[in-house]
Amino acid sequence: METTAVDNRVAIGRARQVNRGWSRYGIALLALILASAVGVAVGKAALDPGTLLAIVLSKLPFFHVTPWWPASFETILLEVRLPRVLMGALVGAGLSVAGATYQGLFRNPLADPYLVGVAAGAGLGAALAMVAPLPPGLYALGAVQVAAFLSALITVGLVYSLARVGRTTPVTTLLLAGVAVGSLASAATSFVMFAQGDKITVIYAWMLGGFNITGWQQVLLVAPYVAAAVIALSLLGGRANVLQLDEDQARSLGVNVEMAKLGLVLFATLATAAAVSAAGLIGFVGLVVPHAVRMLWGPDHRSLVPLSALVGGAFLVAADTLARAIPGSQDVPVGVITAFCGAPFFIYLLRQQKRSVF
Amino acid sequence: MDNALSIENVTFKFDDRPVLRGVSLELPAGGFLGLVGPNGSGKTTLLRIAAGLLKPSAGGVKLMGRPLEGMSRGELARQLALLPQGTTLPGNFTVWELVLMGRTPYMDLLGRERAADTEIVERAMEMAHCRQLADRRADELSGGERQRVLMARALAQQPRVLLLDEPTAHLDLLHQIAVVELVAELAREGVAALGVFHDLNLAACYCTHLAVLSQGRLVSVGEPREVLTAELLAEVFEVDLCLTSHPEGGPAVLLPHTGGHRNGRGTGQLASAESLPSIDLPSPNGKPKSGATSAKP
Repeated sequence: METTAVDNRVAIGRARQVNRGWSRYGIALLALILASAVGVAVGKAALDPGTLLAIVLSKLPFFHVTPWWPASFETILLEVRLPRVLMGALVGAGLSVAGATYQGLFRNPLADPYLVGVAAGAGLGAALAMVAPLPPGLYALGAVQVAAFLSALITVGLVYSLARVGRTTPVTTLLLAGVAVGSLASAATSFVMFAQGDKITVIYAWMLGGFNITGWQQVLLVAPYVAAAVIALSLLGGRANVLQLDEDQARSLGVNVEMAKLGLVLFATLATAAAVSAAGLIGFVGLVVPHAVRMLWGPDHRSLVPLSALVGGAFLVAADTLARAIPGSQDVPVGVITAFCGAPFFIYLLRQQKRSVF
Repeated sequence: MDNALSIENVTFKFDDRPVLRGVSLELPAGGFLGLVGPNGSGKTTLLRIAAGLLKPSAGGVKLMGRPLEGMSRGELARQLALLPQGTTLPGNFTVWELVLMGRTPYMDLLGRERAADTEIVERAMEMAHCRQLADRRADELSGGERQRVLMARALAQQPRVLLLDEPTAHLDLLHQIAVVELVAELAREGVAALGVFHDLNLAACYCTHLAVLSQGRLVSVGEPREVLTAELLAEVFEVDLCLTSHPEGGPAVLLPHTGGHRNGRGTGQLASAESLPSIDLPSPNGKPKSGATSAKP
């Protein structure tokens, strides 16, 4: 009698876990693959899906496909569109996991890489590197990325130390310091732009956000940072969950609060800097995607982070595809598309979900 | 054998204002110690020091014979759980997820729960009578339900020492008794419990011992019957109470005089013995009522 009751309880517990299991990862991954497939197919040169598939297969081992397509198709697909789509996925993933982490860390639904000043800090570093008289070889080695990351780290260190009261870091002071330091960094970036009149268009185009100059080299510069951040933030998810409680509760549940916060801030900053240095200031991804994932699949950071990476990647790839598909002499900056899609979607979600998301 | 929790000569100053002055308490395994005293006497501060959330200005706390300073947060949380008072819970987490947080100190590097954790969480929810709330969101819970969820989370930590900060605050009578009965039952199974109480009757009925704090000093420790004297109550709480014994036999029961406060305006004219509200008294310690949860085999 007693054992049956225990067995039932355990069975129910397991069923609950299974219900929250793998299907949502499948859905998110499918969204990313679909968005990428469409992204690769859309562009000025018309490549039909059959040819695209054949080109991809011909590059894989164990498939022997005789090329019937012109060599230029291969170049367009492999050297232009594929790296661009991959970069879109990486940047979307980086901004989304950073947003999810900042929102959880600061227990504030408005927190995203922009609000805590990190994106502006990364932007300043990148702008400085762009105008600095560096030898061209350094740019090829990722001088802009490194400068963005260093500058973002300095920003977050400054924000963190300004926000520190005694031995703790209250959320309100952290947000205030983030807004203040972020404004300072934005002002400095504008100053750099106008002081260096001849490079103003370059910096401005980059700041609007986009993937116009993406090649494999840029992808390889960004990928390791984003991958490291997604993995580390997923692993820290259990601790991020407990930090949703107040700090006394988190401590009495065995979490070293200051260490956990430091780890979360460091990796979220790494993801932000990588994304900003690669694609400029792209808004709304880090804010909207984690909210959407939370509404769909719940607030558990252990799944929220990897799911946000997949959905954020899909969202930004789709936005970039749209930016390229809109007819005109120039591509629309992708940051404009994310704001156009993101803001109404955000309003819709808020209207739809009357219950508090936080 | 070491006591489960030893508070040794703890002094705490807040901005040079002494909050606790040389408090020493021993809590053996199986003991259920009620910490009572007027507002501002330092009860919650003492509890926070015992939980390792505050560092004492002088003196120290030992858990299972080991000083708290030498223990990591995780080690501490595997042996000691705190039921906090008046806390907020993140509204979008389900009860299941919140109780599962009690397994945090046992988490591996990947932070995944194992089948054993699932089982422990289910049992903790059963014991705290919140099993049926598993899929509810925290922002849909009533005050009493929240308290039971926090209790389940503390139980999921599988602690050997349980600290409770006014566990019965804001609860109706049924749930007050359910919570204290559960703690008393855990104590009989060997958990050491230390709880801050304002309801002296409830504490007297269920606690094995009472400790009285007044202005940061420990003024009396012992069995409820020895501690709760008219003199002490007048001295510490500044109230003049009518002491009687429990109708079922057992520790002292305190009732206000029908006129109220000793310095008050009441003269006894307003309330006669007939118009006194009847007061429900829980059964004294060690006599579980029929229908109450029985001890696990």
